Amino acid sequence: MSVELEVFVGNNTMMDEDVYQLWLDGYAVNDAVRLRMEAGELRDCDVSTDVVLSDTMDQFRTFQMCEKLLHSPSKLANQLLFQIPPQKQAMMIERYYQFDRPFAREVLGKKLSKGMKKDLDDISSKTGILVKSCRRQFDNFKRVFKVVEELQGPLVDNVQRHFLVSDSLAKDYAAIVFFANSRFETGKRKLQYLSFQDFAFCAGQLISYWTVGAVDKMMEDIDVDLEKEFLHNLKDLKVLINNKDMLDQHKSLVCAQLRGRIKVFSEMDANFKNLSRALVNIAANLTHNKDVRDLFIDLVEKFIEPCKSDKWPVGDLRLFLTHYTSTAHMLETFRYKPIWDRYMGVIKSCVLKMYHD
Amino acid sequence: MPGKLKAKIVAGRHLPVMDRASDLTDAFVEVKFGNTTFKTDVYPKSLNPQWNSGWFKFEVDDEDLQDEPLQITVLDHDTYSANDAIGKVYIDIDPLLCSEAATVISGWLPIYDTIHGIRGEINVLVKVDLFNDLNRFRQSSCGVKFFCTTSIPRCYRAVMVHGFVEELVVNEDPEYQWIDRIRTPRASNEARQRLISLMSGELQRKIGLKVLEMGGNAVVGYLQCFDLEGESGIVVRAIGTACTLEKLTNPPSNAQHTANSSPSKDIREPVFGEECPCNPLSSGPSTPLRAPAFSFSPSKSYSRQSSSSDTDISLTPKTGMGSGGSAGKEAGPLKTLLRQQTQTALEQREFPFFTLSSFPPGFLSHVGGVVSARSVKLLDRIHNPALGSSRSYKLLDWNSGTADEPETRDAWWEELRQEIKSHAKALGCHAVVGYSESTSICEEVCILSAAGTAAVLNCRFLQESCQDTLTEHRLSRQLPLFPSGSDKVEFDLGSSASLGCEDLAPPGCGFCHIPYDELNMPFPAQLSYCCCCRRAKVPDVLFTTIDLPTEATITGKGCLIQARLCRLKKKGQGEANATCISSLLPFMEYELHTQLLNKLKLRGMNALFGLRIQISVGENMLVGLASATGVYLSALPSPGGIQIAGKNPGDLSYEQHVSNMQRKINDTITKNRDIYQINPPEVVEEVIGSPIPEPRQRSRLFRSQSESSDELSELDLSHGKKDAFVLEIDDTDAVEDIHCLLTDAPTPPGFFSCNTEIMPGIHNWTSGLQMFTSVRVFRLSNANLTNQGLNKIFNELCENLLKSLYFKLRSMVPCCLCHLNFAVAVPEDELIQVAVTAVAMSFHKDQIQDSNKSGEDRTAMKVITEDQLQFPMELSAETTPAQLLSAAKNSGPSDCSTSGLARAPSVDYSSFADRCSTWIEQLRLRAHTIRRGSIKTTSSLERGSPLPDGRSRSLRSTRSFHGSSVAVVKMTPLSFIPGAKIIKYLGIINMFFIRETTSLREEGGVSGFLHTFIAEVFAMVRAHVAALGGNAVVSYSMKECVFMENPNKNQAQCLINVSGDAVIFTRETDLETSSTQLQAANPQSNEDTPA
Repeated sequence: MSVELEVFVGNNTMMDEDVYQLWLDGYAVNDAVRLRMEAGELRDCDVSTDVVLSDTMDQFRTFQMCEKLLHSPSKLANQLLFQIPPQKQAMMIERYYQFDRPFAREVLGKKLSKGMKKDLDDISSKTGILVKSCRRQFDNFKRVFKVVEELQGPLVDNVQRHFLVSDSLAKDYAAIVFFANSRFETGKRKLQYLSFQDFAFCAGQLISYWTVGAVDKMMEDIDVDLEKEFLHNLKDLKVLINNKDMLDQHKSLVCAQLRGRIKVFSEMDANFKNLSRALVNIAANLTHNKDVRDLFIDLVEKFIEPCKSDKWPVGDLRLFLTHYTSTAHMLETFRYKPIWDRYMGVIKSCVLKMYHD
Repeated sequence: MPGKLKAKIVAGRHLPVMDRASDLTDAFVEVKFGNTTFKTDVYPKSLNPQWNSGWFKFEVDDEDLQDEPLQITVLDHDTYSANDAIGKVYIDIDPLLCSEAATVISGWLPIYDTIHGIRGEINVLVKVDLFNDLNRFRQSSCGVKFFCTTSIPRCYRAVMVHGFVEELVVNEDPEYQWIDRIRTPRASNEARQRLISLMSGELQRKIGLKVLEMGGNAVVGYLQCFDLEGESGIVVRAIGTACTLEKLTNPPSNAQHTANSSPSKDIREPVFGEECPCNPLSSGPSTPLRAPAFSFSPSKSYSRQSSSSDTDISLTPKTGMGSGGSAGKEAGPLKTLLRQQTQTALEQREFPFFTLSSFPPGFLSHVGGVVSARSVKLLDRIHNPALGSSRSYKLLDWNSGTADEPETRDAWWEELRQEIKSHAKALGCHAVVGYSESTSICEEVCILSAAGTAAVLNCRFLQESCQDTLTEHRLSRQLPLFPSGSDKVEFDLGSSASLGCEDLAPPGCGFCHIPYDELNMPFPAQLSYCCCCRRAKVPDVLFTTIDLPTEATITGKGCLIQARLCRLKKKGQGEANATCISSLLPFMEYELHTQLLNKLKLRGMNALFGLRIQISVGENMLVGLASATGVYLSALPSPGGIQIAGKNPGDLSYEQHVSNMQRKINDTITKNRDIYQINPPEVVEEVIGSPIPEPRQRSRLFRSQSESSDELSELDLSHGKKDAFVLEIDDTDAVEDIHCLLTDAPTPPGFFSCNTEIMPGIHNWTSGLQMFTSVRVFRLSNANLTNQGLNKIFNELCENLLKSLYFKLRSMVPCCLCHLNFAVAVPEDELIQVAVTAVAMSFHKDQIQDSNKSGEDRTAMKVITEDQLQFPMELSAETTPAQLLSAAKNSGPSDCSTSGLARAPSVDYSSFADRCSTWIEQLRLRAHTIRRGSIKTTSSLERGSPLPDGRSRSLRSTRSFHGSSVAVVKMTPLSFIPGAKIIKYLGIINMFFIRETTSLREEGGVSGFLHTFIAEVFAMVRAHVAALGGNAVVSYSMKECVFMENPNKNQAQCLINVSGDAVIFTRETDLETSSTQLQAANPQSNEDTPA
């Protein structure tokens, strides 16, 4: 004796947000039922497992049917199969595209290809996120990437327009797309201490200041790539370290500004040339794709780590970077001030964001 | 050429990818009507093609317009191979043929494929230009309106009710044609869909012709069914009630508000000029007492014009004037005289049947009880395919109509109807209301069932034009009306006063009074004086198939009562099988009936409404399910308890067991009385007269079996000469029965359920409603089951299903599941299928609390009631009239507001005024509660908003989709939408779909398959309603859900037939303003706004 078939269909599609979350988290029906029974939400209802099971099955089926529509969220609004109030639709979309940051951190900067799928099992066991959920999140990344990759205009807007997600979520997706496109190295052990939020912030900076769209909003170009011309011009900054006089002058200007204002003055004084060289070299090398990819590891290895080993407080680092940037304007022979500001503005905020344990 | 059909194909969207190489589709569209086909251009390489075609014009007979659907096929163009079909859309253009319904079909409709389901949508525009046809011998019946609603539709008034119409058409089932062996499942399914669409079109046209012939212009309570008889074909049959309806030119609105809400664009039906019998009455919004015409035409030739008031005068005896106050004795001869007249008028009709289930107040004079008839037929016997059906070329391409069959089937139903008629007569009734017919087919055996409620109709409604339009009588959903001027009220009073005769019976109890002769009762019955008026006799229990009359006085609330039963039978063939089934049927009916009675008593109630007994036949079992809504009618005596008697009284332990059980039963009764707030005050007096008011049970159920051999038998379901209602537990069966009684789980707190339109005792509905369909199939794996085991399983199946519904809908609490419609089937050997369609409606708590309070006030009386229940039943004593009379004298103002009127010696004019004013007062009061309720919405929402999850609320109210292209379409099995006013009926929705799969596992198994299909059916209904310009479907029902599976082959097939009325509704002004307040207060949860 068994129930062969069991369905419940409402004219208004019925869904429970908690059950939806369980489904998104990748739980199998039985586990979801167990969790629901344990959750206590149903304690006052006095229901049997069978009833919860059938309800869970119904809802999981509904979600499965909706999944196709969620892949292109604009369809959800003008499909006819499910009668769902707009607020609920928005909730469904937002939740569907929400991701676990530990998962995103693992995937960041990797090529979103099919080959990745094998790695999903590893990520799943590492992060404790169920494989099914990993797959959904990964597929979301891929889907968004595929749609947005070729589009013109601001990246965040594109994500928002096509996937109807909230502003903050769209920004996160922009970061993921940007990292995946430029394939920044994020997996090295030395970068492990950085969180998804750190990288997302840096991505935001890069998108805002270093891409074509950053300079000219009217420019019909892709927001995903860094501006080639800018990267090329960065070579000119080498003068700051190659010209001995300029380097010395720069150092003395910075020292004059910071004397007595930072605790690590002596360390700074000793290290100035190395630090300046590191930053300028990173800039000069960005013409090579390989070096663009290594931007973050370079920043960590060549700048952040030396500072850390000298135990610079963040405040001192901020002061140093501020004056390091501004004093370059006082160098009479330095002609590349706009490029310098554009470069250092981003580097400063990225370094400060990345400067933690 | 009386009609020109025009269609325009605008665009498509969300089309499936048909070309794997390009991931795109080269779509074009074929538009077909009859034998004419047009094509659009191919729109290459797009999933969202923009065809923007010109008008495709079809010049056709209106006969064809009625029969044929417009068939739109979307295809993928393929240069090298055959074009692939993407899917189809069938558009029923019937709504366009009626000037009052829709004028255009325009919108996105799902493209449906029987194998793949919905595959994208297509935007079409369809119009019809009709030319006037004056041909008297025409075959078409354009313009006749059809309504599924089983009451007079909201924005109409009935000028005249003509009576019963029926028709059936038969054809061969394409699935059983030889050609089916060589064609694809898709082709076969499509042939079937198209055929059924054609057949229902033809059926509707033929019924329409009958209606025209009777002089009517509409069919109300239209019930169309399919019998898939397998080898012997498909029968499409329909019944309905022919009426002459008139559109209310002023849509009813609050008198204080001017009729500004009246939609000016509404096409007014040509009023029947001066023939309109009650012009002064019909002007303006109807008041409850103001009554437009409502009369029966005694014969087919009876013309519309003759329903004018002069006829009424001639029919109304002069003595009726002023004799209103006379007591029953004086009215006696007059009563009979009038009844005779009514009767003769009705008897001229072949079948005085009405498919309506709710009526204007006072329409039903008396209700006799349920009458039902069943017969078992063998299908193969009549299978004699004949050639040369006149219209077969239209129906079947392969030209093999079976012209003889309609006659055979007609004869079968005729037989049953005659039987019903004679049963009704035996109950002293001249009409049958709430009438319906159904079948259950298994292989070649078919059980035909017909059931209704025998009733005597009020002569006043049959002759004079004195009827309240049904539109307004349900105050819970419509704002009450106030008479705009006192002069009109007086006029009404005059007309009512002149009626005399049976009008005297107070409206709250009149219909309960027995219609049959006390001395010559058709069955042994226990009669007593009416608890409301003390004047007439009432039965102790009343079973009916209709909705609770609005005027009925009830105590407490109602609840769903179900009797469930399974009976094993041997597998058999042919006649032996049929005989076996028909010999089982009486026992099943008896048992179902007993169960119903027991459960009714257990809940302390005394009447059943909306009774529906379904007996389904399978290969090795019969399944019976009776559903009804139990209520406590104040007019009927309080039901006695249930007593258990052991067989061997000597045994002490046994006796203890018995008394244990007795206590349990008594406890349950007490508890139920509490739950349903059944605290009738009259009981106190009754106790004085007789401690055990109604010891004996008796049934109102008349049934009979007729085998294929046409043998008639009658079964008396009453409990014979037993004085008390005693359950003897002398065998395991009885123990099971009692267990069964006690294991019915109570509904969880906050929930109520009923199978009638509205829950007796609940009024303040919110706009939150959720229609749903739930299907369960249960596999009995154990081959050697006993009847008891089977019963238990079936009982659990139904109980679990209900439990699951309560759980699902818990966020809507407090809420009531209305119109719970269970359909049982035995699709295969060991499968039982139960399908439920209902609507969950939430209501405001406040009222319940109020009534709880009043319940507390009555606790003193309840104690007495309980005491009374403790008395054993043996002490039964007849309640003598004398006792009752004295009791009546003692009784102060009873709760029945009109009982004072009934007892007053001189009633006529003043008391009518009295009654009117109380009525109006009541209206005001209720209006007040409605308004108060709407204010409370705000406060309750405010209270509710801090709750962590807003999901319960968002479910409760479907919101308008702002900025979305998809309009919200509400669906409900009820004839109304709470808090809203239906301003226009757009036509009937009658859709039939087949879905098949050969990849069952991939589609999520049987549940996934059916889930998708039901969702698709809903979507298609909604889309078609939206295309007609509507925003809701009322009286929605799923007539058929046939599910077949073959998991081994990874295949399944399902057929669904749904119907309903497409309507436009608007929120009532009061609610609108309150909802704007609400929006201001809480923008997160905006109420519906009219689309």
